[in-house]
Amino acid sequence: MDFGFSEDQELLRDSARKFLDAECPTTFVRKMMEDDSAHATELWKKAAGLGWMGILIPEEHGGIGGSFLDLVVVMEEMGRSLMPGPFLATVLLGGTAVLAGGSDEQKAAILPKVAAGELVMTLAQAEKSGRYDAGGIGLPATARGGDFVLSGEKLFVPDAHVADQIVVAARTGSPDAPAEEGITLFLVDAKSPGVEITQLKTVDMTRRQCHIAFQDVAVAGSQVLGEVGQGWSILQRVLDQAIAGLCTEMVGTGQQALDMAVEYAKERVQFGKPIGSFQAVKHKCVDMMVQVENARSLTYYAAWTVDEDVDEASQAVPMAKAYCSDMCKTVTSEAIQVHGGIGFTWEHDMHLFYRRGLASEAAFGSAPTHREVVAQTLDL
Amino acid sequence: MNFDYSPQEEAFRQELRSWLEANPADNYDPETFEIIDQEERFQIKFDWQKKLHGAGWVGIHWPKEYGGRGATIMEQTIYQQEMARVHAPGLANPLGISLVGPTLMHWGTEEQKERFVPRILSAEELWCQGYSEPGSGSDLASLQTRAVDDGDDFVVNGQKVWTSYAHKADYCILVTRTDPDAPKHKGLSYLLVDMHSPGVTVRPLVQISGDAEFNEVFFEDVRVPKANLVGERNNGWQVAITTLMFERANFGMVYNLEPMLDRLKANLKDLEVNGQPATDDPEVRQKLAAFHVEIQALKFNGYRQLTQQLRGNPPGPEGSISKLAGSELYIRMAHFAMELLGPYSQCALGETQGIDNGFWARRALGSRLYTIAGGTSEIMRNIIGERVLRLPKG
Repeated sequence: MDFGFSEDQELLRDSARKFLDAECPTTFVRKMMEDDSAHATELWKKAAGLGWMGILIPEEHGGIGGSFLDLVVVMEEMGRSLMPGPFLATVLLGGTAVLAGGSDEQKAAILPKVAAGELVMTLAQAEKSGRYDAGGIGLPATARGGDFVLSGEKLFVPDAHVADQIVVAARTGSPDAPAEEGITLFLVDAKSPGVEITQLKTVDMTRRQCHIAFQDVAVAGSQVLGEVGQGWSILQRVLDQAIAGLCTEMVGTGQQALDMAVEYAKERVQFGKPIGSFQAVKHKCVDMMVQVENARSLTYYAAWTVDEDVDEASQAVPMAKAYCSDMCKTVTSEAIQVHGGIGFTWEHDMHLFYRRGLASEAAFGSAPTHREVVAQTLDL
Repeated sequence: MNFDYSPQEEAFRQELRSWLEANPADNYDPETFEIIDQEERFQIKFDWQKKLHGAGWVGIHWPKEYGGRGATIMEQTIYQQEMARVHAPGLANPLGISLVGPTLMHWGTEEQKERFVPRILSAEELWCQGYSEPGSGSDLASLQTRAVDDGDDFVVNGQKVWTSYAHKADYCILVTRTDPDAPKHKGLSYLLVDMHSPGVTVRPLVQISGDAEFNEVFFEDVRVPKANLVGERNNGWQVAITTLMFERANFGMVYNLEPMLDRLKANLKDLEVNGQPATDDPEVRQKLAAFHVEIQALKFNGYRQLTQQLRGNPPGPEGSISKLAGSELYIRMAHFAMELLGPYSQCALGETQGIDNGFWARRALGSRLYTIAGGTSEIMRNIIGERVLRLPKG
């Protein structure tokens, strides 16, 4: 029994924190919010230089062949510093899809570029329905000879506006077949004719989301990831990793909001005393801490199940997402409350954390959606 | 990171499991245990402790020299898991085992250890804890029970309250005031008091549940030998805090919560809500899943805490949460069950018209125990806020 990180992982955490403290202060996050793309190529190159994009990628494909838990310690720090840009989209959506479903040729062509920070990727899954289950994938891909034609829309696609390659989940089977059957993943060049990408205006502009219109987009048969019609099982593996990674970020974001609230409560004096000496404020901070610690435990466990690729992941990941969604929103919101009026201003940083919390809650399915998935595992 | 048990740990589990299969508690049925008379319950626990003790399965975390097994932290964890798995009854001397023994091993003189410790595991002497007073609850250090120096003895006068098991106890760990002029934390002394001494009167108090397991205890000119002073005179607060640490660490709430949720799930399968099985109702499913998630979070907090201990590190923030979060979750689960059961929720324990014999009304009525005993949730939040988050004292 050892439910903790290794010494090497703790060292990695320290170096990630130092790097992000220096390279990604909130002044930088704010700059990226107002940037055209929120993709800072200089920061991206430096992070790639540290090997972060290649943590999950085997050495033979130019990565460092680390474990998911190595990635987790880095992502917690990314969440803490609200790192902007397409890291989650590239590494945990695009990269994991190629790792899970790609042929040797596809891996050799793509993964070294991802590891080197030369290729930005994303995954187009959700559509108008806003669903993240198999039934939410309707965009048809019609076979034409050995190739396919994609027509339709995708919505809430993370960072597609800066992506080079987009993994598109489309329906190749009959719409009347069970939802999990007939889903195929395609590797689509973002510059393909007929692909039109539009940024959405969202609550958290540190990470953009996009609408993509596909108008008769031709995709070669060689661009299928995995087998035709077998995309859902790959996607589940991808989503487990992406959700566990997102939960880790949420733990970092929640912890930082808590730390800022506690620091403020020690310094801010009212009625002649620091407000943290009043039980109304003190107890609120404790309740925030309880939520952060619970979220942390659930998330580390989920990350372990993903790392080990064990069946328990099918319950552990939705448990973590259900809890972290509530935690991150609530803790960042309560941190604003502890700050009072100053917390409600644009000038103060706390809203950046709340915004990230709201966006993370919505990503890959809300808390109630994941609680229902948990319920299905409880033999009710 | 791994969740494996070593071959030795698995062997320990197997040994305990085999023993438990061959040696179930006598006259014990977990389904009806809550319904039977409290004297019968006590007898079952008493017999169970004797039986366990005969095979060396009581106080396994105690050092071997004191009759324990010197069990590792992992073995203690496995012990709790296995006891929960068979829904084993509690023991007759829980305060002795969890609080008094460990406190005496830490603070007691050799004579005290020799005299008192061996009789705890065997249930030869049962213990109670004389802490709260009518005027001193959360502000424990303001307590007024006096112990006055008189030759070889202290003479004790005062009153304690909410004293669990005092009506069965042979001895009491009693916090008294020996220096009324010192600041409140500096004038206390910690005594071991024979409950059969002249001048001790125990008056049972009937609890919210109808049981009478806690008491008022009156001390009138009770003579306590000075040899029964634990730690130094006027340093009793430190000893009392040591005991409280053992008490709060002992709220292994998660081991109650998991079977409670199992029972809730089982009961709801037979219940209809809006014309369909309750477990098909989306709101019910949301709540049950949320309870499951919270229980698992507490369990994994426990594993993180365990890991810190195994690595020899000081406990992290996760370690302080168990009692606070577990006790409040317990209440929410009980209240949710009451809400769902409709008119059946009113059926009191033992009412056969009720669902599960009125088990849930009993749970709801008893649920406030854990948010009050051993430090109220409010006190726990103060302690966590001040010690873990380092927020200023009020």
